[in-house]
Amino acid sequence: MIFKGRAWKFGDNVDTDVIIPARYLNTTDPQELAAHCMEDADKEFISKISRGDIIVAGSNFGCGSSREHAPLAIKACGISCVLATSFARIFFRNAINIGLPILESKEAPGGIESGDIVEVDLDKGEIRDITKGEIYSAQPFPEFMQKLIKAGGLMEWVKERIKKNV
Amino acid sequence: MGLTITEKILLSHIDKKDIVRGEFIDAKVDLALGNDITAPLAIEEFKKAGMEKVFNRKRLALVPDHFTPNKDIRSAQQCKFLREFAREQKIENYFEVGEVGIEHVLLPERGLVHPGDLVIGADSHTCTYGAVGAFSTGVGSTDLAAVMALGKCWLRVPETMKFIYYGKRNKWVRGKDLILHTIGDIGVDGALYKAMEFCGEAITKLPIEDRFTMCNMAIEAGAKNGIIEPDEVTIDFMKRVAPSVKKFRIYKSDKDAKYCEVREYDISKLEPQVACPHLPSNVKPVTQLKGIKLDQVVIGSCTNGWLSDLRIAANILKGRKIHPGLRMLIIPATQSIYMAALKERLLEIFIKAGGVVSAPTCGPCLGGHMGVLAEGERALATTNRNFVGRMGHPKSEVYLSNPAVAAASAIKGRIVHPEEVVGR
Repeated sequence: MIFKGRAWKFGDNVDTDVIIPARYLNTTDPQELAAHCMEDADKEFISKISRGDIIVAGSNFGCGSSREHAPLAIKACGISCVLATSFARIFFRNAINIGLPILESKEAPGGIESGDIVEVDLDKGEIRDITKGEIYSAQPFPEFMQKLIKAGGLMEWVKERIKKNV
Repeated sequence: MGLTITEKILLSHIDKKDIVRGEFIDAKVDLALGNDITAPLAIEEFKKAGMEKVFNRKRLALVPDHFTPNKDIRSAQQCKFLREFAREQKIENYFEVGEVGIEHVLLPERGLVHPGDLVIGADSHTCTYGAVGAFSTGVGSTDLAAVMALGKCWLRVPETMKFIYYGKRNKWVRGKDLILHTIGDIGVDGALYKAMEFCGEAITKLPIEDRFTMCNMAIEAGAKNGIIEPDEVTIDFMKRVAPSVKKFRIYKSDKDAKYCEVREYDISKLEPQVACPHLPSNVKPVTQLKGIKLDQVVIGSCTNGWLSDLRIAANILKGRKIHPGLRMLIIPATQSIYMAALKERLLEIFIKAGGVVSAPTCGPCLGGHMGVLAEGERALATTNRNFVGRMGHPKSEVYLSNPAVAAASAIKGRIVHPEEVVGR
């Protein structure tokens, strides 16, 4: 899978309260959640982005609350992929489970600037900053995670397991 | 090679003879947990996948504690959805308003988490139960849905960081201060993906409530779980809350267990700590904070809503008034704590001091209801997070402290050391 879009940069420790504030957690509807995505970090975020754009952040992205509403909001607002130096562990699980593409790279978030056009090849784990002509490689997922992703998310994997009775 | 307590518990929940750090395991779950925010999504996923019955109706706890008593129509709908599922599945540990309390105090109080258990909860502060020597960690809703279906959860075996505390605690220093100090030291991702094992003579002397507080905030350092080896304090607590359980599964770390890092803290000179906006790691000793005026003080939450927390606050507030114009919210974490505080006449002290006592709820901690902040307002809370907008408006501020600092600061209207109110 290849994604191409504009980069929107954020710093370290972007927490799930900022990604989707708790005041909007009285619904599970992804479209409604999407309308408030990143609102407390950038009130205009939703009106500025285009479908396919990419969030680029520093370390510990998605820290704090376990709310799956956070990756759901990001996915539903049209962001194709999140690149970060590192992800908080529950956000990492949630993103894989719901099928929001995420990539960890030590170098890419430092090199990419807001507004750069970035292309991400998910299968190769390759990140291209087209604006700057730089290429970065992402940390490959462990084999088990790849299995989950290939199955189409956690619940598909669970269904397969139940079918095979393992 | 020896094993840590975390590794031993994980090993006891898989069908294998050994365990390797970093490997993926398929672990049996003793107790799964969801609340009114996370469980509705989990139930939707569970049903979407065509699942009909939860793996074990006695091993799933559903605790509507965040937006209850229902804060608005949509929250009420979410709670109704949760309630109907609980009825349909005959979930034994569903708690209706009237018996519900804040999940991470309620489940231990009800004797539902035991030493040696493996607990998976769709709430980040599920790591709290490490205080009784259980492995417990937070996940999201889809993970909970998978546990509801399989009774199992995939986990990566974490490396363990060991934190040794020695020296005698000062009078006003509590578990909250030890954990804030630790997070201040290692940062909000200082233990990312890792287990935090708390030990040392100061932990041995720490009451169980304070141990819950410490493990509760392991997530604020990015940890997978926080854990303390069970000892007499643990067993005393367990006998009280789970008298019918004959034998507990006690695991301890081997002497030659492998740790990725060991940190030691001499706490004898430690003073109460305060986390300043907007990260739990932005920690300063309370006396370094001068003239931080407050609009609101919140005493409660899964971190510090225990009876001992209320007693400490009441001791300071007794016969005193909170600062004019300041709002003080007191939230007993469960109904039985509420009842005990009533009987001990703590609630009277809070009300006479000018505070308001709320029903058990997570409400204000996450800016949900029952004490949301306006633009430019500042709160001191005994809660666990102070991110941007955590308690309300994105331009409000939250400071975090222990209950004694919170109570004393409510009286002074600014952040102070308790000695400024009660003397040395």
